[in-house]
Amino acid sequence: MSITGVDRSVREGVLGGSPTRPDGIAKALGSFEFSSDLGGDGALWGATLRSPHPYARIVRIDLSAAWQIDGVETVITADDVPGAMHYGLIDQDQPVFASDVVRYVGEPVAAVAADHPETCRRALEAILVDYEVLDPVLDPESVVDGRAPDIHPAGNMLRQQRIVHGDPAVTGDVVVEGTYELGMQDQAFLGLEAALAVPDSGGDGVELFVATQWLHEDRGQIAACLGLPEEQVRLVLAGVGGAFGAREDISLQVHSCLLALRLGRPVRLHYSRAESFLGHVHRHPATIWMRHHATSDGEIVKIEARFVFDGGAYSSTSSAVLLNAITHAQGPYRCANAVVDGYAVRTNHLPCGAMRGFGVVQACFAHESQMDRLAEACGVDPVDIRLRNAMRTGDTLITGQVMDSVAPVEQCIRETVALPFPNEPVGGHDGDVMRLPGGAGRTADVEHVVRGIGYGVSMKNLMYSEGFDDYSTARCRLAGGVATLKFATSEVGQGFVTLAGQIARTILGVDDVVLDRIDTSVGSAGSTSASRQTWMSGGAVAAACEAVRDTLFVNLAMLNGLDANTLAIDGTDVIDTAGPFRVPVAEATARGEIEQTAVYRHRPTEELDEHGQGDCHTAFAFVAHRAVVDVDVELGLVKVVQVATAQDVGRALNPLSVVGQIEGGIAQGLGLAVMEEIVQINGTIRNASFTDYLLPTMLDMPDVVATLIEEPEPLAPLGAKGVGEPPCISVTPAIAAAIRDALRQAGRPHRIDRVPVRPIDIADV
Amino acid sequence: MSEFFTLHVNGHDHEIRDAWLGENLLYVLRERLGLKAAKGACEQGECGSCSVQVGGELVCACLVLAASAVDEPIVTVEGLGDVPTDVQTAFVETGAVQCGFCTPGLILAVHHLLEHDPAPTEIVIREELSGNVCRCTGYGRIIEAVQRVSVARAAAT
Repeated sequence: MSITGVDRSVREGVLGGSPTRPDGIAKALGSFEFSSDLGGDGALWGATLRSPHPYARIVRIDLSAAWQIDGVETVITADDVPGAMHYGLIDQDQPVFASDVVRYVGEPVAAVAADHPETCRRALEAILVDYEVLDPVLDPESVVDGRAPDIHPAGNMLRQQRIVHGDPAVTGDVVVEGTYELGMQDQAFLGLEAALAVPDSGGDGVELFVATQWLHEDRGQIAACLGLPEEQVRLVLAGVGGAFGAREDISLQVHSCLLALRLGRPVRLHYSRAESFLGHVHRHPATIWMRHHATSDGEIVKIEARFVFDGGAYSSTSSAVLLNAITHAQGPYRCANAVVDGYAVRTNHLPCGAMRGFGVVQACFAHESQMDRLAEACGVDPVDIRLRNAMRTGDTLITGQVMDSVAPVEQCIRETVALPFPNEPVGGHDGDVMRLPGGAGRTADVEHVVRGIGYGVSMKNLMYSEGFDDYSTARCRLAGGVATLKFATSEVGQGFVTLAGQIARTILGVDDVVLDRIDTSVGSAGSTSASRQTWMSGGAVAAACEAVRDTLFVNLAMLNGLDANTLAIDGTDVIDTAGPFRVPVAEATARGEIEQTAVYRHRPTEELDEHGQGDCHTAFAFVAHRAVVDVDVELGLVKVVQVATAQDVGRALNPLSVVGQIEGGIAQGLGLAVMEEIVQINGTIRNASFTDYLLPTMLDMPDVVATLIEEPEPLAPLGAKGVGEPPCISVTPAIAAAIRDALRQAGRPHRIDRVPVRPIDIADV
Repeated sequence: MSEFFTLHVNGHDHEIRDAWLGENLLYVLRERLGLKAAKGACEQGECGSCSVQVGGELVCACLVLAASAVDEPIVTVEGLGDVPTDVQTAFVETGAVQCGFCTPGLILAVHHLLEHDPAPTEIVIREELSGNVCRCTGYGRIIEAVQRVSVARAAAT
C-alpha cells in the first residue's frame, strides 16, 4: 500500500507519529497472554450444551447420566441461575439457559465442568433433553405483515421506525428503484471466545478474565444474573484476539462464573470454532428496497426506502442497528425529502447484533447501488452523480439533524479518483495464473476475463446515539518523569494502548508511560465499538493528563514565583513562555506524585420522534472507495485487483494504525462482497467452520492505495475522527459495482443486487 | 493407561504421560507442556494460527496427532528464543501485528518461507502465506514485513 497526504516530523512516541505497539514484541514472541492461554494450573474445563432445534419446547432435561461420568464436577441448567434469568445489551430478553423454549439452533441449555475437554464432550452427549419440535419462524416478512405467531413473550417486532422528512409527496423526473439483499456475515475474529472464572475464597464473589469489548457492561449483566452486587464481580481484560462487534454481547461470561461459583474452583470455558459461530451475534441479513427520485440531471429530490432486518432469536442491539441503517439511507448525499420505513424482527435464526459498520454497511450497499442506477438513468458518470449530490457541512439530514461534522465528501471522492490505477494488465505482465480470478486451482482463461471499475462512498456515525449517556474514564499519575495510565478501555487489537501513550507523552512531556492493568477497578470506558475509543477514551486520557499537567504548573508556579498560566510543555521540558524558566518534566516531578481522574462525555443526543426526526447522532466520518476487479464472466470468478480510498480521518494521530484499520476494514468489506456468508437452511447453520465459511486470505487481498483527508474535527477532543468502521463500509458496494461494470462490458448486464456475489450470480446460469 | 511417549520440542525431550491418545499436538504443546504461543482458531488446518515445524516441515499442530510426532524435532515460536528475530522485529515495526492472535503462526511461516526462498516475489509471498489467516490487518503490513526482512538479509550478506 502506498499512502499519501501525511507529513510527519515529530518527537518519537508523540501524537502524529507511529510508535510501535507496547504489546507488539510480546505478541510476536508468543508470550502475550490471550484469554485462551489462561488457567493452566488446576482450572476445570467448562462446556455448553446447545439446542439442535431452531424452535422447540423443552419437555424434560435428564442430567443423571452426565453426573455419573468420571471427572464431571458439576452440571447446571436454568434451575441453577440465582439472579436474573435473562440478559441483553438493550432489552434483557435472552435467557442465560433456555428453560421452557429454545429459539435458535445453538441456544444454551446446560453447562458442565470437568477435568478434561474430552470429559466435557462426553458429559454433554450424556445429557438427555426431550424436545417438542415447533414450526420455526424464518421469514422476516411474515413478522412484518403479522402472519407469524409470536415466538417470544416480548413479541416478534424488535423495532419499527419510520422517517418522514420534507414533502413526502414530491416526485422526480427520473425514478430508479431496486431491492437489495445482504447475507449474514460473521466477525470471525481469530481468538475464539474464552474466559477464566476464579471464585473468591468465601464464595461470595468472582473474578473473571475475559476477552470483551466492554468490561463494565459485561459486569452489570453478569452480576444481575449471578444475583451479586456489582462490586463483587470483578472483570479483567484478558488478551483479546480481535472483536469486530462480536464481543459486545454476553456469550460465556455468565456460564463460566456460575460454574466457578458452584464449585468454588477456577473454571475455564473455551468455544470451538463451530461453537463460536453459534455463540455470538452476527451482522444482520437484510432486504432493502429503495427508490430514488431525481431531477433529469441527477440531483436527488427524494428517497423512499424500506428496510427489513432479520434480528434472529434475541434482540441484542437490533434496535440500534436498525436506527443506524435507516438514518443512513441517504448516504453522504443531500436529500430534502424522504420516507423511510424500518423493521427489525425476531425470527428463529441466529441472533444478530453488532458488527463493524453496524447497520450502515447494509444501507450503504443499497444507496450506492442506487447511485449507479441513477447515474445510468440520467446518463451521468458514476463519479459525477456522486459529486453532484455530495453532502457538505451545514446540510440538513433526513432526520432534521444538521450536519455539523467536517464533511469533506467531495474531497474524498476527488482524491480517490485521482489515485493511480493498477499498472498491471489482466493476469499480470507475466500471465501468472495466480493473478487470475480463481488462482491456480481454477480454470480462468485470460480471454474470458474482463476488468471492471466501481465506486462507493459512505457516511458513518461515530459514538453512541439516541440519548445514550456515552462516556469514558481515565486516570493519570505522574511521578519521577513517568506517567502511569489507568483505564478500562478494551484493547482488541486496534492499538488504543499505543495511542494512550502518545497522548500522555504529548501532553505531559514525558518519554516513559506505563499502562496499568485494564480492569473494572476504574470507571467505565464504554465499548470498543462505534469507532469511538480514539475520540472517547482518547478524550478521557487527554483530559486526565491535562489535569495532571495543570496541577504540575500550579505547583511549579508556587515554588518558583511564576504565573501558572504562562507555563507550557516544550518537548520534555516545562517552560515559562514569559521568562527564562525551563526545567525537565522528569526533574520537576522527581519528588511527589500527581494523580487525576477524568471523565469525557460527548455532547448529548436525542431519540427520534414518531416521524424519525431528532438530533440522534453525535458526529460523522466519510470515505470513498474505488474498486478494480477482474471477472471471469463465464465461470463467475472474481479477483479484486486494487482498492483505492480517500478517508476523512480528522487528524491521523498514528498514521500506521490508521493504515492498519484501512487495510483490515477493506479486507472485511471484500469478504462481504464476494466470499463471506453464514448459510442457514431451515434455521440450521450449514457452514460453521473456516473450511466452509470463507475468509479473505493473502491471495484474495488486493493492493490498497490510500489518501488520508486530514481536516481536524473541531468537535473531537484531539481533532481525530474514529477510523475503524468507515474502511469496511463502501468498499463492498464498490466491488459489486465493479463486477456490474465488467459484466456490462462483456455484454451481459446484470443487476448484482445481492452480496456476497456468488459465481452463480455472475455466470447467471 | 500407563503409556507415555516422548516429544522433542525446541531442543528438549519431554515425556508425555497419561495423555489421552486422541490429543492433538496443539493440545499437548499448550496444555501439557505450557507452550502457548501456538494458537487454536479453526481446529481444521484452515487458518495457520497453530503453525509449528515438525521435522523441518511447517504443519498445523491441530491436525497432527501428538503421539505420532515422536520421532521428529518440533519447533514452536518459543523455540526461536526470547530475543526477537529479524522477522519478529519487522512484524512489530511495520504494523503487521494488531490483535496478534495469528502472529506466532505467521512468524514461523515467514521464517520457513525465507529459509527456502530468501527473495520471494510478492505473488510467492501471498501464495506461501495464504494458509495463515489474519482478520485484522488485511495483510498489507505483513507483506511489507516479509519484504523488509528479505531485503535486509540480502544487504547483510
